[in-house]
Amino acid sequence: MSLAGTTGVLDGIQAAAVPVRRRRLRLLPFALLAPSLLFLVLFTYLPVARVLVESLYDKPHGTGAAASFVGLGNYAKVLADPAFRQAALNNLVYAVGVLVPTLVLALAFALAVQRSTRFSAVLRTVFFFPSLVPLVAAASLFFFIFLPRVGLLDYYLAKIGLHGPNWLGDSDVALWSVIGLTVWKNAGYYMLFYIAGLQNVPRDTVEAAMIDGANAWQRLRFVILPALAPTTAFVVVIALIQLLTNVDHVIVLTRGGPSNATNLLLYYIFQSAHENFEYGKAAAATLMSVAVLLAISLGSLRIMERGARGNG
Amino acid sequence: MAEILPDRGPSGPLMRMMRAWRPAVRQEKRLWSAVLAALLSAVAFLWASPFLWTLAASFRPESAGSAGMASLWPDFTPTLANFRNALDSGSFGLYYVNTLIVVVGVLAVQCVTVSLAGYAFARLRFPGRDVLFYAFLLQLMLVPPALIVPNLSTVVDLHLYDTLPGVIAPYFASAFGTFLMRQTFLALPRDFEEAAAIDGAPWWAIVWYVLLPMAKPGLIAFAIVSVTAHWNEFLWPLMVISSPDNQTLTIGLAAFTRGAEGGKEWGVLAAGTLLVMAPLAVAFIAFQRRFVDSFVFSGVKG
Repeated sequence: MSLAGTTGVLDGIQAAAVPVRRRRLRLLPFALLAPSLLFLVLFTYLPVARVLVESLYDKPHGTGAAASFVGLGNYAKVLADPAFRQAALNNLVYAVGVLVPTLVLALAFALAVQRSTRFSAVLRTVFFFPSLVPLVAAASLFFFIFLPRVGLLDYYLAKIGLHGPNWLGDSDVALWSVIGLTVWKNAGYYMLFYIAGLQNVPRDTVEAAMIDGANAWQRLRFVILPALAPTTAFVVVIALIQLLTNVDHVIVLTRGGPSNATNLLLYYIFQSAHENFEYGKAAAATLMSVAVLLAISLGSLRIMERGARGNG
Repeated sequence: MAEILPDRGPSGPLMRMMRAWRPAVRQEKRLWSAVLAALLSAVAFLWASPFLWTLAASFRPESAGSAGMASLWPDFTPTLANFRNALDSGSFGLYYVNTLIVVVGVLAVQCVTVSLAGYAFARLRFPGRDVLFYAFLLQLMLVPPALIVPNLSTVVDLHLYDTLPGVIAPYFASAFGTFLMRQTFLALPRDFEEAAAIDGAPWWAIVWYVLLPMAKPGLIAFAIVSVTAHWNEFLWPLMVISSPDNQTLTIGLAAFTRGAEGGKEWGVLAAGTLLVMAPLAVAFIAFQRRFVDSFVFSGVKG
């Protein structure tokens, strides 16, 4: 048909233009990626190289003196710093202390609200809402909630005849108060993933277990939980990253105190750099936390990919 | 059950037992679901109580005194005085403008960078594509907050310290956005772009007129996550900004909170907190479905 004729003509034109066009097309992908790559290099890759170098030097702040090479001196200083050790230990307690209750609550919430009724929809909104507000705003609210005597918590505890501790002022309690805030803030976010995950649990298997006489607990333990394993693995990874990189509430509520009881790694880094101007120490601590982040992520990359697929 | 039991005969002993049991079982079930609903309501109330308190406290007149400040019960005539005080004392207007500049500035540039990169990864074949893709994904793990110290040095070197562009710049490239747009483009049929290509449309026309209009849901999902993240962000602007004129809402609120040690100011603080949360809260309630879907997808961002 006439189409063949047209193609022939087009081929002739294209044949002449091919070398130039092809070269341009070969460069096109890189041109499209260039803007992103520029900023990734500037604010993600180079910074890692930069802390790697800066962590090897000591540059006294404000003296104008040149930086001097100290090798691993900054690392030794950081590791010997009781505040850093405390922050690392706190971060571990904080991570486990938040992770376990948030996972249990997130799953419980998801199981409770998965049916599509009006009541469930309201509950879903209520549980999810805290994860939408700024961590700073949550901290502001809890500043009042934890206020001794007149605060929300003590006010209502007094009504049932209980007397609470100094929630943020007692060094034995403060970290657990911060943990409580974080559980409240994050559980609803992870609930979303469990709701999505529950939709992928095969109905047939659950029904088969029901017919075999498995009670609700057995169905959860032996059918639903195993099917949700990829979701759980995925949530654990994003939760751990969050728990290492969010310290807004610590800055607002406790500034790491009392006596370092609520100091977390990123807060330690922030304090070293922003308040004490010890860049070498801050760089060394940053590199260590980057190493932990990479270990968490890469170690679970396979699980994460599976989890991401499970969540659609 | 009904499919299995008839085999034993409808008059079998098991069936008779079941029939006798059923009303009791049903009643017990109904009781259980009522207990469950009550328990859930209690937990939901507990979960919502910080917000209920904010609402009650922000509309409570100062004259109510600080003793009953924690009461959730709105036993007063509501007043807007706290909001007026918050707006007066905190220069919230300025913070709103600065936060808007940050949020819109980040989003505008991101839309360009993630669309281009997403298109390249979804539709073009070139050497090193997989390596580059993994290099992008590295940003999902090396999240910006972890790199605040070196990034601050970079911002100082670029003479962007204490400027809003300094707050915005580290977010111009987004691995999450690139990943999301790549997935969105991959899900689109190729027919339309092939037709456009045969008509001689250049690549940019194909992206702009053919692909992007179809990829709108992906862009909107990305926009929701990006806007929420940067509206709520605190640590990085706190490090970059030093002068009061450049502060964002979260920095203003934090300063406000730390200043509100006296008992009388709690109503004003609650009003301030509400002012910071309100825009996102309203948007969320209006577009709940979209928000939830976007956040489920954003899990990959961490």
